[in-house]
Amino acid sequence: MSKKLRILIAKPGLDGHDRGAKVVARALRDAGMEVIYTGLHQTPEMVVEAALQEDVDGVGLSILSGAHMTLFPKVWDLMKEEGIGDRLLFGGGIIPREDVETLNKMGVGKIFGPGTTTHEIVDYVQSTVPGDDR
Amino acid sequence: MVSKAGRGSISEALLKRFTAGDRAACARIISMIENDSANSADIMSGVYSRVGRAHRIGITGPPGAGKSTIVEKLAAAIRKEDKTVAIIAVDPTSPFSGGAILGDRIRMSSLFTDPGVFIRSMATRGSLGGLALKTKEVCDLLDAFGKDVIIIETVGVGQAELDVAQAAHTTLIVLVPESGDGIQAMKAGLMEIGDIYAVNKSDREGADRLVGEIEMMLEMRSQKNGWSPPVIKTTAIEGIGVDALVENINQHLGYLNRNNLLQGFMEENIRSEIKQLVQQRFSNALWDAQNLNHLLENLIIEVMNGRLSPGEASKRILECWIRECKKG
Amino acid sequence: MSDKIKSGKKQWQERVARCKMRDIPFETVSGEPVKMLHTPDDIRDMDYMDDLGFPGQYPFTRGVYDNMYRGRLWTMRMFSGFGSADDTNKRYKYLLEHGQTGLSVAFDFPTLYGRDSDDPMSCGEVGKCGVAISSLADMERLFDGIPLDKVSTSMTINGPAAILWAFYIVTAEKQGVTSDVLRGTIQNDILKEYIAQKSWLVPPEPSMRITVDTIAFGSENVPKWNTISISGYHIREAGSTAAQELAFTLADGFGYVEAGIKAGLDVDQFAPRLSYFFNSHIDFFEEIAKYRAARRIWARQMKTKYHAKDPRSWLLRFHTQTAGCTLTAQQPENNIVRVAWQALAAVLGGTQSLHTNSMDETLALPSEKACLIALRTQQLIAHESGVTNPIDPFAGSYFLESLTNQLEEKAYAYFDKIEKLGGITKAIEVGYPQKEIAEAAYRYQKSVEEKKRIIVGVNEYVMEGEKPEIPLLKIDPQVEKDQCVRLDELRKKRDNQKVQRTLDDLRDACKGTDNVMFPILEATRAYATLGEIAGVFKEVFGEYREPPIYW
Repeated sequence: MSKKLRILIAKPGLDGHDRGAKVVARALRDAGMEVIYTGLHQTPEMVVEAALQEDVDGVGLSILSGAHMTLFPKVWDLMKEEGIGDRLLFGGGIIPREDVETLNKMGVGKIFGPGTTTHEIVDYVQSTVPGDDR
Repeated sequence: MVSKAGRGSISEALLKRFTAGDRAACARIISMIENDSANSADIMSGVYSRVGRAHRIGITGPPGAGKSTIVEKLAAAIRKEDKTVAIIAVDPTSPFSGGAILGDRIRMSSLFTDPGVFIRSMATRGSLGGLALKTKEVCDLLDAFGKDVIIIETVGVGQAELDVAQAAHTTLIVLVPESGDGIQAMKAGLMEIGDIYAVNKSDREGADRLVGEIEMMLEMRSQKNGWSPPVIKTTAIEGIGVDALVENINQHLGYLNRNNLLQGFMEENIRSEIKQLVQQRFSNALWDAQNLNHLLENLIIEVMNGRLSPGEASKRILECWIRECKKG
Repeated sequence: MSDKIKSGKKQWQERVARCKMRDIPFETVSGEPVKMLHTPDDIRDMDYMDDLGFPGQYPFTRGVYDNMYRGRLWTMRMFSGFGSADDTNKRYKYLLEHGQTGLSVAFDFPTLYGRDSDDPMSCGEVGKCGVAISSLADMERLFDGIPLDKVSTSMTINGPAAILWAFYIVTAEKQGVTSDVLRGTIQNDILKEYIAQKSWLVPPEPSMRITVDTIAFGSENVPKWNTISISGYHIREAGSTAAQELAFTLADGFGYVEAGIKAGLDVDQFAPRLSYFFNSHIDFFEEIAKYRAARRIWARQMKTKYHAKDPRSWLLRFHTQTAGCTLTAQQPENNIVRVAWQALAAVLGGTQSLHTNSMDETLALPSEKACLIALRTQQLIAHESGVTNPIDPFAGSYFLESLTNQLEEKAYAYFDKIEKLGGITKAIEVGYPQKEIAEAAYRYQKSVEEKKRIIVGVNEYVMEGEKPEIPLLKIDPQVEKDQCVRLDELRKKRDNQKVQRTLDDLRDACKGTDNVMFPILEATRAYATLGEIAGVFKEVFGEYREPPIYW
């Protein structure tokens, strides 16, 4: 059995724009990964619980509503609390550069803005998820 | 590559956490089972004595029948009976990329933060039936984890019904009135294998007619274990018919219990599981051997040139394998 | 085709066969191949009177009014809203001062979902992508100093549209303005929410009931108000092709017409107040063709299929917004140029009202400076370009007429598909339009990544290490805190028993068949909050959840 990367793609908060999330989910699938897509309107608790149960290698948040400085830190804190702080947290959307830097400093991974190619995201995920003992 | 000693301590640590009810440990072990890691074998040996308590319910049916909604409502109803639930949602792996989009959770989001519900999405990973090769083992694990009810949900294509019926005590088949031309369009397996039939979206036209057709077909088939499968109308999205489903599911389990059928089921289940695992392991081991792969390539050329039939070629490969084994 | 033209074409084709071609697919952004040259042959089956006619006359292909922009320019209506009602009020006054001729309200996500600013799920989202309106009090502050009998206001709100509309109507009441003079639009297009924008409240069936209630209420009490703005903008933004935008939007429109008729309304009673909202995307000609096709399809269907007798029912009037999804974060000044030709296409397509995007919108909400440039873009087109002199100047163009016909054909093919699925509501339930859109979005992304489609500054002419020099708009987190305090005070000051009574009345109306607008207005006057009123809807009808779309 070959090991497959499992990635959770989530839309936290009230943002309903899922075009990007769906394109990314599909690209990750086409690159051979198992993508758990949670759908819209997830609370941080729901996202982290799903990540935990699905034992994912990484969590990707898509946020275009401006609420990223509330949602990313919340998800990150919960991940650490629930013992899955060793997984990759990354994301995309409309997030100004300075906020990206602040989030990176907190330990959040890369945040991809408009114009990013799916290749970049796939390469990043494949090369950055933690190696493990599964 | 982790040493055996290293493996031992990883398995031990995980096992400890698992036994203490740690969800993350359970989730990690599921991954190990899926990846067929050596650690997983150790762990399964460690927990297998605790397997056998859970009621396993399989749910299948054509795409668009509303299975995920039914699963969500069922789980919620079961939770009201103060039982804990595990849900395994199986989706197909893309044969081209090897990846998969596992989207069944979307329909179950109301259950995400209920601590008594554990949901795991599994991709079929090349298995041709409706379940992944490891679904049964994952079921065993969740059983050992202490879940009272395990629901396995999959799309009814290929051999799904058969796989599900083998893995579950109770098989629920979900159909919808628009399934084309009624029963005629449905596969043979569907009518043979279900213990309970649900006609979902029953507020639509044709629901009663479909119920009638199914009941007629069921009368004509031979009964599985002497149980007469009920046909229940549901409108899952509004919660209609869910209580009736739960009742019938419980009744079915009661029936199996009273008629001492559970033992037989377990035996069959274990038999097919062991056979499947042997088959898979054997096949892996066989094709792992480099010289056999060379032989295969050469034989392909022979067959292409008409000097050999594929049947002959397969014989030769097996003969070669047997010789290798004898050599030790 | 005359023999001379035939032989001329043949010769030209032979010469072309010997030419070098650039190695790109010559397609529209929707993936439609474009023939190199069009000739009279391409439109030989067209009949001027049947297919084009005159402006202001069936089938309205050339425009909905007799004299189009010679009589009145399109409304320059800039979509805006952010932070608190006071912040937005200031922005409105700024834009009106600078020549904007209509208001357009952008609400924040919590408001779009019928949640108050202090709802737990609103945390972090208040005022971020629109203005926060949680009660009548907020609406009053939003329009403070703006006489509602003198402006027309468009509100981009869907799930809770009836409620926000009630807030507006009562705000006008308090200004002494009666509802019969109010002019404006509520988007109120729930079908496209399920397809694309995803800011829904309750499931499709009860949503349609509420929509029909608003239509009925509007036709009696707010006759100058457009009760729905049937939208394609969002469908396009979600990644659809031009043909899909055209088809799904019109299919939604027909869905509402059918719902109204089913509810017993006379089609001519409400159809004249249905309006449309389209995207203006990056392919110049395709967009112009799309608008013309839309007018013709609507006119023909309304007359022959739905038997509308009033010519105003055959009119497709529309607002346009330039395509947000075509803007780039890289080299944002380029966006000014993109928006300019997108706006031009909308004008050449005969739009009644236009919003132009600001160049910095990929990075944040528009800053004042960027917003002003966007407004000026419209004014430049209106006053300097000369395109408003002739009406529908592209009529008769071999290329453009072919393109219009092509898009119309594609739309009818989609209508057939949807019909076979049992109508637009059923199609949405099985995820048909959603899937088509996701597919188109994916195809587009692939074509960009494979450089079959060039985006300047993004996959070509890239400038490494560029740093945006534009001042970005930041929303003060204090806005959320202030809103919560205000809501607290509001709940203390009002007559809570009265509020309860009005909510009970609404609940009864929801369960029965009375028009919900009346109890909503009562609840509004009692200062019930948006969350409380929307809460009754959710309680009675349940909250909608999307079907998992199988890719």
